[in-house]
Amino acid sequence: MGSSVFRTLSTIACAAALAASVSADSIKINGAGATFPYPIYSKWFAEYNKLHPDVEINYQSIGSGGGIRQIQAQTVFFGASDGPMTPEQLQASPGRILHFPTVLGAVVPVYNIPNVRAELKFTGAVLADIFLGKITKWNDAAIAKLNAGVTLPATDITVAHRADGSGTTYIWVDYLSKVSPEWKSKVGINTSVNWPTGVGGRGNEGVAGLVSQTPGAIGYVELIYALQNRISYGSVQNMAGEFARASVESVTAAASSAASQMPPDFRVSITNAPAKGVYPISSFTWLLLYESPKNKAQAKAMVDFVKWALTEGQRYCADLGYAPLPESVVKLEMAALAKIKLS
Amino acid sequence: MRRSSSRSELAFRLGIGAFGFLIVAIVCTIGVVLAVQSMASIRKFGLNFWLTRTWDPVAGQFGALPFIWGTLYSSLIALLIATPIALGIAVFISELCPPSLRQPFVFLTELLAAIPSIVYGLWGIFVLVPAVRTVERALPAAVRATPLFSGPPLGLGLLSAALVLAVMVVPFISSVSREVLKSVPAAQREAAYALGATRFEAIRAALFYARTGIVGAVMLGFGRALGETMAVTMVIGNNPRISLSLFAPQYTMAAVIANEFTEAADELYLSALVEIGLVLFIITLLVNSLSRLLIWSMNRTGRVITAPEPVHASA
Repeated sequence: MGSSVFRTLSTIACAAALAASVSADSIKINGAGATFPYPIYSKWFAEYNKLHPDVEINYQSIGSGGGIRQIQAQTVFFGASDGPMTPEQLQASPGRILHFPTVLGAVVPVYNIPNVRAELKFTGAVLADIFLGKITKWNDAAIAKLNAGVTLPATDITVAHRADGSGTTYIWVDYLSKVSPEWKSKVGINTSVNWPTGVGGRGNEGVAGLVSQTPGAIGYVELIYALQNRISYGSVQNMAGEFARASVESVTAAASSAASQMPPDFRVSITNAPAKGVYPISSFTWLLLYESPKNKAQAKAMVDFVKWALTEGQRYCADLGYAPLPESVVKLEMAALAKIKLS
Repeated sequence: MRRSSSRSELAFRLGIGAFGFLIVAIVCTIGVVLAVQSMASIRKFGLNFWLTRTWDPVAGQFGALPFIWGTLYSSLIALLIATPIALGIAVFISELCPPSLRQPFVFLTELLAAIPSIVYGLWGIFVLVPAVRTVERALPAAVRATPLFSGPPLGLGLLSAALVLAVMVVPFISSVSREVLKSVPAAQREAAYALGATRFEAIRAALFYARTGIVGAVMLGFGRALGETMAVTMVIGNNPRISLSLFAPQYTMAAVIANEFTEAADELYLSALVEIGLVLFIITLLVNSLSRLLIWSMNRTGRVITAPEPVHASA
């Protein structure tokens, strides 16, 4: 009896001491990577810090490639990327790196055609041919066929693309590679590619600026930039044959359709997802974490944060132009988070 | 007393010498670090890196020629535009301007140099590019058919980049030229006037006397144009294709480094980007050495000509 009281007391004392030590020195976690999710990540870190003042997360939006390099060099605790790491990159890392999808984004074709106000319809094949430089006029038969009733001018098409390496480019060319064998063999997939034609702008805002200024231009930007800059963007035909317009619902639907065949490491492309109601140029963006981090206190805090971000944090998505993860994917990720070794 | 002063003299010399040596060390270190970091690309492509035109991060094929071309071409066109304007400003301020206006003019030209390059870029995108596009559209078809002006009138392209660069280097060339003109001994001008020279002839004599300094000023502007990044990438169109056309979108070395460095995760890709930096470094060194050589050779031949010049002016 006496010993059990003593044990209880000592446990309480220990817990109190632990709690004191935790609140005394707060946990600082550094991360770096993709620029695309930066607005929601910084919102999350700020909100989470209000709930847990002892956890401070710093994020540098230096680009996906930079994020991958930094986590490989272990100069940051977590990385973030718009494209999954390649098998070679994973091999070259000093430890096993896990991918966790956080939110979804969509890339939309934006255009500026003088005197055309209607929302244009595109197919993947037509977009690929435009970006390959094979369709050069707006009144080309291939475009006119999809847009009966719209009077298209004989204006030259000017292709605008990202000049800087970008996750947005990765998603766009990943889609074009799936719908056009010629694109896949001639150009391929990367954060920057050897563009067959066109002019390059820096950043989403650069491409949005080029398109809104150049009559006859077509480009691609994250959905939020098209909305903010009030540039016309087209709908794109999905695998089910529907012309889908990018929206929170159609992008989340693309992720739901992928959930049933989700690989255990979450490294999956959901462009051109084969289901009804999906917007075909959608993608996850990922957090990158080591499976067995050295600093266990940081690991515990980070796992708690990711759990919060995947559940309560998702409600901040819509305001910032992202689509939330579907329930099914969140459930899979919760199970995967348990794999991170915390002790 | 004597000994302590000689000791402090020695310490002073050594200290100053160390600073001088530091510059040499920094330049060498930059070169070595760039070379080491770009070793993967140097090994893979060798001299072909300088000579091939494909820049394909997907296939891992890297050639710097389009970037070298775009950098040199845009800088040269910029100098062609900027040099006469800058010399005009310098001559006006140092020779012709009423003294009360001199200070405001100096202030205004130097203000141009203080504007951050991103501001020039924004001005380029929103003001210059649409204006250039309008001019390009208005050109007659016969002109547009020549290789120098071929291609669709986008506004974005080499011409816009060269114009932005020209505005950016004018203050550099003009303020250095003005200082050089100021240092021309008054005796030179007085001698010219004494021999009955007109104002134009006297200024010409002063310009001739100051020519090495003026070449130096132009080269300073050239160096600045070669390395300019932000303003150029915003208006040049960023397309790595070699073209003689002023209307074609092209690319520069500094711009491709700034654009692609952050997302380059693959080792060879990163190494190729660093090698672009090395190429830019070497080209800048070459340009500076060439300008030194030019100034040196002008000084040598100049000595023979300076004596008869006033005579020539009076003839």
